[in-house]
This record gives sequence, C-alpha cells and structure tokens, in this order.
Amino acid sequence: MELFTGVTIDWLGKKWYFLAFSLLFSVSGIISMGIHFARTGSPVPLGVDFKGGTEVQVTFTETPDVNQVRNATNAAGLHDVKIVSYDVPSKHELLISLPEQSDVNVDSSRKQILDALHQHYNNPILESSVQAVGPTVGRQLEKQAGLATLYSLVGMLVYLWFRFELIYGVAAVVAVFHDTLITVGAFALTGQEISLTVIAAILTLVGYSMNDTIVVFDRIRENLRISRREGLADVVNRSINQTLSRTVLTSGLTFLTVLALYIFGGKVLSGFSFALVVGILIGTYSSIAVAAPMLVAYQDWRMKRGKAATLPAAKRSR
Amino acid sequence: MKKNLNGKIALILGTLLVFLYGIFGIPKGVSGAALEQAITQRIHLGLDLRGGAHLILQVVVKDAINAETDNTVARIEQAMADNHLTYTQVLKPDPNTPQTIRIEGVDPLHSSAVSSELTDRFGTEYDIASNSNDHSFTLTMKPSVLADLESRTLDQSIETIRDRVDRLGVSEPVIQRYGLGANEILVELPGVEDLDRIKDIIQSTSRLEVHEVAGNPDGYASEQEAMTSLGGAIPPDEYLVHGDPQGVSSDGSDRVFLLKRVSIVGGRDFRDASAIGPNDSGRQGVNFVLTNAGGQRFYDYTSSHVGSYMAIVLGDRVKNVAVIKSAIRDNGQIEGQFSKEQIDALSLTLRTGALPASIIPIEQRTVGASLGADSIRQGVIAAIAGTLAVMFFMLLYYRGAGINADLALFLNLVILLGFMGFSQSTLTLPGIAGVILTIGMGVDSNVLIFERIREEMRAGKGAAQAVDQGFAHAWVTIVDTHVTTIVSAAILFMFGTGPVKGFAVTLFFGLLANLFTAVFVSRVIFDSHLNNMKAGARISI
Repeated sequence: MELFTGVTIDWLGKKWYFLAFSLLFSVSGIISMGIHFARTGSPVPLGVDFKGGTEVQVTFTETPDVNQVRNATNAAGLHDVKIVSYDVPSKHELLISLPEQSDVNVDSSRKQILDALHQHYNNPILESSVQAVGPTVGRQLEKQAGLATLYSLVGMLVYLWFRFELIYGVAAVVAVFHDTLITVGAFALTGQEISLTVIAAILTLVGYSMNDTIVVFDRIRENLRISRREGLADVVNRSINQTLSRTVLTSGLTFLTVLALYIFGGKVLSGFSFALVVGILIGTYSSIAVAAPMLVAYQDWRMKRGKAATLPAAKRSR
Repeated sequence: MKKNLNGKIALILGTLLVFLYGIFGIPKGVSGAALEQAITQRIHLGLDLRGGAHLILQVVVKDAINAETDNTVARIEQAMADNHLTYTQVLKPDPNTPQTIRIEGVDPLHSSAVSSELTDRFGTEYDIASNSNDHSFTLTMKPSVLADLESRTLDQSIETIRDRVDRLGVSEPVIQRYGLGANEILVELPGVEDLDRIKDIIQSTSRLEVHEVAGNPDGYASEQEAMTSLGGAIPPDEYLVHGDPQGVSSDGSDRVFLLKRVSIVGGRDFRDASAIGPNDSGRQGVNFVLTNAGGQRFYDYTSSHVGSYMAIVLGDRVKNVAVIKSAIRDNGQIEGQFSKEQIDALSLTLRTGALPASIIPIEQRTVGASLGADSIRQGVIAAIAGTLAVMFFMLLYYRGAGINADLALFLNLVILLGFMGFSQSTLTLPGIAGVILTIGMGVDSNVLIFERIREEMRAGKGAAQAVDQGFAHAWVTIVDTHVTTIVSAAILFMFGTGPVKGFAVTLFFGLLANLFTAVFVSRVIFDSHLNNMKAGARISI
C-alpha cells in the first residue's frame, strides 16, 4: 500500500494562507491569554503545582451534592472554594480546592476542608489525593521549568547551527515556539489548567515538532546539493512533497497513539493528552507551513539586499 | 553476495538478554506473579504512579546559626571572666542577623587584651571589628563559616529525617536536598497515605532543653506582668517562655517564665527518653538520659547551682520548673501530662538526635495508592492500545517490512525498560510521556527508512541496492533528529527537577535505544532476508 507518491503540491504558493492561518491561531491564543491575564493575573489557568494552593480529591460513599458541600465549606468560613465533580459520577468523587496560602502552614487548608466536610457528613470520606503547594515552591517550579525548556531550545539551535546553518536553527526554533504558543493558547481558550504533567506534554510536542522539521530540512539540504541550479522555492517544495508520505504517516500514527491516550487515559491524563493532540496537529503543520517557508523568506530578503543568491545550505553531509 | 550476519545476530540476541535481565533480574519463577514481582523490584515507580506522600521541607537554618552564636556568646563570657576583662554585656543586637555578636562597654584599658583574646579564640570563625568610640567589639561570622554551617545543618537535618523515617518503617524513602530553593529538602514516602503522624515526627524539633530560671520561679501571670516586674525591658541574655498549662500550674492557667537564653543542656546532649508510670499525684512523666559530654556539663552546672531553679523546656513550652537539690549527672525526669503518642514521638526524636533547626513544610502532596494504580492502568492501557494500533498499521502498510519495524519497536521498549532497571531510575507519569515520544520517533525512523527504500526502488534500483541506499540516506536524517532531541533531553535532565527530569530520563534512554534498533537491528533483519532471497526478487515493502 502506498499513499502520496509523486505529489507535486506548490506549498510555498500557499504561504499567505499559511501565514493567515498561523496568525489567526497565534493571535487568538495571545488574545485569550491576554483576557485571562486581565481577569486573573496569569496568562493561562495554572494548576496548584504552579500557583500554589490546596487541592483535595475526596471520595464520598454516595454521589455528593455539590451545593450541599458548598454550604458545608461556607459554614466553616472558607471562601473562594472551588468544587468540581471529578471523573465519572459513579465514583462519587469531588475535587475541592482553595487558592494560594501562606508558606507558613501548607497543611492547614486541607485540615479546614476536611473538618468542614466531617461536620456535615457522618459517613466516611476518603481523601484519595491531596496537593498543597506553598506559593514559593510554585514560583520556583515555574521558573525552573521555563528555564530548562529555554536552555534545551538553545541547545537544539546550536546543534542545528553546527549541522546546517544558523537560519535553519532559527527557523526550527521559531516553528517550535509557534507550536508552543498555539498549544498554550488553546489551554487559555478552553480554560484548562496547566499542571506539571502538561509541561511534560509540551516538552514532548517540542521534541516532536523539532523532529518533524529536521526531516524536511535534511531533505532540503540533500536536494540543494544535488541540484544547484533549481530555485530554493522549488527545492523546498519538492523536499516537502518527497517527505510528505513520511510526514503524514508518522504524524498519523503518533496522533493515533495520543488519541488513544486522550480517550482511554482518564481524567488524570486529560490535560496531558489534550496538549499532545493539539500539539501534534500543529507541530506537523508548522514544519511544512512555518519552518520551510522561513528559509525561502530569509533568502528572498538576502537577495533584496544584494547578498549571495543561494542559501548556504549544507555545511557537510555524510 | 551474501553477508555473514552471525556476529550481528548474536550481538542483537545478547543485547536482548542483557536488557531483559535489566527488567526482570533473575526471576524466581516464570509464573505471572513472579514476573510481576521481579519487575517491581527492578523498575521503580514514581509516587504519581504507586501512591504515597511527597513533602518539600524548608529548613530554618537561622535556628542553627542562633544556636551556634548562643554558644559563642557563652564562650566569650567565659573567656572574659577567665582573663578578668571587664565589660558591660555580650549580646546579639539583631534577631534578623543572628550571626552578629556585640560586646559592649569594654574597659578601654583592656581593649588590646580583649582584641588579642578574641582574635586568638574566635579569629578563625569570626570577623572581629572594634569601635573605639563606644568601646564595643563586633564579631560577625565569616561568610565561608556561615555557608559551611548552613550546609552542615541541611545535611544533619537530612540525616536525622532519614533516621526517623527508617525507624518508622517506611520502605524506599527518598530524602535529599531539593535543588530549587535554598535550604530545602525533598522527602518522598512511597505507600504513605496518612501523612499527619509521620509528618509530626519528621518535623518534630522536640527541642528538649534545660534552662536556668532567671526571674520568679513560679512564673508570671502574663508577659505584661513579667515586663513590669523587670522594669520594662528584658535583659538581652534572657527571654520569656510560656508554660505548658498542665505541667506548671496547679489550676491550668497560663504562666510566663523568664529564662536564661543559653541552655544548660539541650538538643543533641540527650540520648534517650522513656515513659515512666503515673506517680503518686497521678502524673505521667518522662525519664531522660544525657550523653557523656552533656552529663558532664549538667553535673558541673548543677553542682555549683544547688538551690537555683531550672526549667525544662520542650518545644518552646516550659514543661516543668524544679529546684536543684543536688548535683545531677546524666539522667533526670520530667513530670507533666503526656500522652502515649507524645512520649513515643519524644523518645524517637531524642534517640535519632534532635534536628539542628526547625523545619516547615512548604509543599505537600499525597496520592492515594488506588489513584496511582488507576493512572498506571489507564496509562498502560492507552500506551498498549496505541502501540498495538501502530504495529498493526505498520504491518498493513509495509507488509513484510512491517515485521521489521514491529520487532525493532518491541526491542526498543525492552531496551528502554532495561535501562530504567539498570540505572535505578524512577518511572513517572511524565516519564510515560517520554516513552510515547520515543515510540513516535522509533516509528518515524522506520518510516523514514522504508519510504526511502521505496523511493530507491521506484528509481529502478535492485532490492539489495535499494536497501543499502535507503539506509544510507535515512541515517543522516535519523542522526540529526535523534541527536537534537538527545541534546535537549540531556539539558532537561541537567536543569530540570521532578517531572521534567522524569520525562528527560525515559526520552534519553529511549532515543539511544532507538538509534540501535531502528538502524542496526532493522538493517540486520533486512540483510538476513536479502540473503535468503532469490536473485532479482522484490522485497516486501
């Protein structure tokens, strides 16, 4: 069975559509982050991991009435309590959370919540999980996860600079950044919280998108070596078309795995797999529609300034 | 031309065996249960998957600095007295910078003698400055000594906590420095769900100390009354402590005591404590035992202070005030209302040595074992479903060559898990994300190679040559994609903690394994297939 052999799509001819599409999503991502920032002071909904606070997952013996639970916490003088029913109704679970607290006693909120519940429910209530994070730790974690990601992007850029040319590294990193922006924007848009596992998913999509981009770049480098006379736009088009069947296949298969995770993975993994579902679609798109056209745009720009016409493509090959 | 592949096949089988050992060790049997047990011994699951408690503790190193400089204050007073040097007082002027000590009102005639005495005794640990205007000396702990003290405090706290956790019987705990903030300790306790009791014991400073009573041995009714009787100011070497209502007053009311700041014995001077039965008045007590050095000091003090009062302070509360009737050497008793749990905890904390500083939990998570099991089950089901779907599709799309890809993928997972077993790494939920990316890139490597072989065949090349060229071209791409991602995984591993690190570990090992399976193993399978083919036949791809 073979798909996509001998396709001759003029990808670069569609670059304005791509640009419009990317802008539409990036900008709507930025806007929804902006709105979220204006409302809550952080650009995306953050999980307790980052913003600090207490989150208690409680299992009741029968399906709890959210309003009744809220009455219980209100009576105990707890304000800003967030109560959501968790996972499938048959498990009788609720997720009860309180916002940021002081570093002095991270455990007090959990005790307050449970005391409030015990006063109104005589039947045994089980805590299946508790997270209590002081604001300092959250900030440290946020900073550290951000820095680690930044350093790893720089590391990849340097490697690509060494193997290809600086512009390839820049284009790949821009594409990855584009993917991350849109994915994070999707979290702001849908109001899902970014937790530590979501960060792992974003790192995954960075790796994935990078992989995809390099495959196309490698082909461009190879083709540039074979046919020196052809214009860069044609070479890029041909390279994308030649790798298209691989791109579609790999993305399709990875998408399949991630979709399985999204469907069967349950509530714990939902944010994680949501990031991957969005990320893989965008990551595949960006290799073709963002990274490759950037190479051509860069060369056009150089030519306008009267510099060397051909992209100094391949430093070496083996 | 046929290639001799025996060496390569032996290498692959050897690798398979080595990494299977990495996963299973030498299992006790081949039944499902025995294998499962073997795996769980080798592959460590993170708390998010197996359930347990996770704590980040902040060590208040200021406590340890305070204790150290309190001790120095005592030594300075001793040194001044030994040399008959006159001064008004030795004090620590600012509670926020406990590393600074001031000696005030030094007799100008003694100034140079004081200076040389201080330099002699304390010059290695403190920077000494003198002020001739107000005849004072200031000792500030040297930054290197301070840093060393902080580091030692942290190490000692970790040691003490580990000792306590071990005695509580928690298996496979993780207790280590936490890299993100200053003076933080990460504690992971697998399988622990009821954190309250354990946390109390872990963070119990239970600073059992004996102080000299400076003011009224019966205490004062309130801090205000104490202040009034002192003329409005507390002397700098003394401080006020509230009494434990059930220990010190007959009617259960609050009492405040004025004590000397520097303890007679305390902290690590104690060796053990045990409960003693209710006495005539129905009160439960604690019997304590001092170390040899502590006992000697206690003896020296008590023998020269018969008739004075001493206060026994536990956790910032005066438990008891007693008159010194005779010299005491190395054991004594504390009366008071103690519960069984309190005494057990006290005994355990004294036996493991006191913490050098108090400890504040700044992050706390517990994952119920059932929730952990749920996420494992769901994660594994999803991963298996995804992998099977991918494998099935590869067979469908690449027919014969699909078997190559599936074998390579399988071997990849074996090597990855084997690495995890050998390196004692921990598999976490984000780690599973790394596995997913690995599977994705593993499949991608195969797709790259196969598509390239197909291209070469379309260009009219023979089977052997097409395979050769396909691998040669795809190899360049595969190296680039893998090295890029390995670089990023290595950086994430170095700079990341917790989940970021967990992701980096599996990704790093997975990609190394992938370079081997997708390129080398898959090639050997192709070659062995080509060896068995008639000349001119087409390969199934």
